[in-house]
Amino acid sequence: MTLLDTTITTLAPDTPAIRLDHVSKRFGAGPTVLDDVSLEVAQGEFVCLLGASGCGKSTLLNLVAGLDQASSGSVELPGGRAALMFQEAALLPWLTATQNVELALRLRGVGRRERRERSGELLELVRLRDAGDKRVHELSGGMRQRVAMARALAQETGVLLMDEPFAALDAITRDVLHEELVRLRQSQSLTVLFVTHNVREAVRLGDRVVLLSSRPGRVAKQYPVNCSQPRRIESPEVAELAVTITDDLRAEIRRHGGQS
Amino acid sequence: MTAPVAQDDLASLEAGLDALETHEVERTSRWRRSLSAIWPVVVFVALLLAVWELTYRAGLKPTYALPSPADVGLVIGEQLRDGTLLEAIATSVERGGLGFLIALAVGTPLGLLVGRVRVVRRGIGPILSGLQSLPSVAWVPAAIIFFGLGETAIYAVVLLGAVPSIANGMVSGIDQVPPLYLRVGRVLGARGLASARYVLLPAVLPAYLGGLRQGWAFSWRSLMAAELIVSSPELGLGLGQLLDQGRLLNDMSLVFAGILGILVVGIAVELCLFAPLEKRVLRRRGLLVGK
Repeated sequence: MTLLDTTITTLAPDTPAIRLDHVSKRFGAGPTVLDDVSLEVAQGEFVCLLGASGCGKSTLLNLVAGLDQASSGSVELPGGRAALMFQEAALLPWLTATQNVELALRLRGVGRRERRERSGELLELVRLRDAGDKRVHELSGGMRQRVAMARALAQETGVLLMDEPFAALDAITRDVLHEELVRLRQSQSLTVLFVTHNVREAVRLGDRVVLLSSRPGRVAKQYPVNCSQPRRIESPEVAELAVTITDDLRAEIRRHGGQS
Repeated sequence: MTAPVAQDDLASLEAGLDALETHEVERTSRWRRSLSAIWPVVVFVALLLAVWELTYRAGLKPTYALPSPADVGLVIGEQLRDGTLLEAIATSVERGGLGFLIALAVGTPLGLLVGRVRVVRRGIGPILSGLQSLPSVAWVPAAIIFFGLGETAIYAVVLLGAVPSIANGMVSGIDQVPPLYLRVGRVLGARGLASARYVLLPAVLPAYLGGLRQGWAFSWRSLMAAELIVSSPELGLGLGQLLDQGRLLNDMSLVFAGILGILVVGIAVELCLFAPLEKRVLRRRGLLVGK
């Protein structure tokens, strides 16, 4: 079941879904947060951004989401818009699960009857149809993130930006949501830009892992993930690449200690 | 490589996790809850009456200054029967209610303006919070000189008392809106009015209700202060005026009747209007689990 067939079909297949071209960002007179970052994410690609604190991962996502402006360089979203998910599910607590999803539709001007239908379908997609009438506080952390996923899908952007969306969940729930995300991404042909500081998570999910250096954030290295999907976070292939990336990440971090 | 769980397995896995991680909140029955809320009040009031009665019997004060509970009860009964007390309550409630509604209509947009427009906040904000700590009885002389002895003066005092509370409730509500909600609104495409309607205002609601509750309390207090001083034969008899009459007649029982009337109205509005409203809003948001 693909709900998003109307969205990115207008793009030529070789147009990237996200393109960052020599992007730099500093806030006021502060230090440079992102320095000359160039990055392309192909349509339907799943890219994980990885880095230690201060690498500007979240800043980068905000730029792509249009919540902030780059100081120089250009950020392009040929498909127009992107949906953004946070570490917190950020559901609005005065609405039920269904109403949260419907709000995204309503803000896009979708009519009442269609809203009801679509929100039902979307909740079905994350397997929460029965929880539609529950209020946010009645949902577990994992369920909230799934509602947030349904809400992001309701925006029908085809591009999903995720800012450490599973960082606050317990390991068991996180593992299940990894599975869920991989499934959704395939069935909905989503382009995903996923920020994390969990190396294994990045390898578990991504088609490609991009390692960012810190202060300022630059693209340090990129790793194609060649293990076939679906994969598991425990599998040796994932562990092997994770070890390589972790070593590089540590080398990046050490550079900062040596200077002080 | 270990095989990943198949799709059906994932569905049942998720269902299992969901079931494990959500639990129904058990609630005690409504009847039992209200019973457990009421009996301490009953005991306390009984104790108070007992102490009163004992003090009266000890004869520490002359009877006109400290009548017995029974005497006061008789006077209240008499006032109730001839309709004076109920009429005074009706007059005051009408004034208080109308004043509160006007304060609501003025305070709400004022609060929005102060909360959202920086220049206005810098200009009016400090004055508004200062006004809140000014006892509104201090406005009574000015109101009488300006408007004369009449209802207008009373309403002016009520408004000056209640508007700052309501506006301040709105302002602090706006300040406390988690920035995350506003960001989510923007990500979902809510700008300007849509953002206010779907994100800001619902997020502000609990604090705003708190402001309304306080605004009502201030309305009611200000009204009593105003009625106590602004009394003339042409004006209807409110609870404040009843109190003043009691003082003029040196009739402590009448004064007690008036005070009791004021208290009863205050408690009734709180219990029947604001408490349930606030409870409902908080419970829906999971801020009042199990109470």
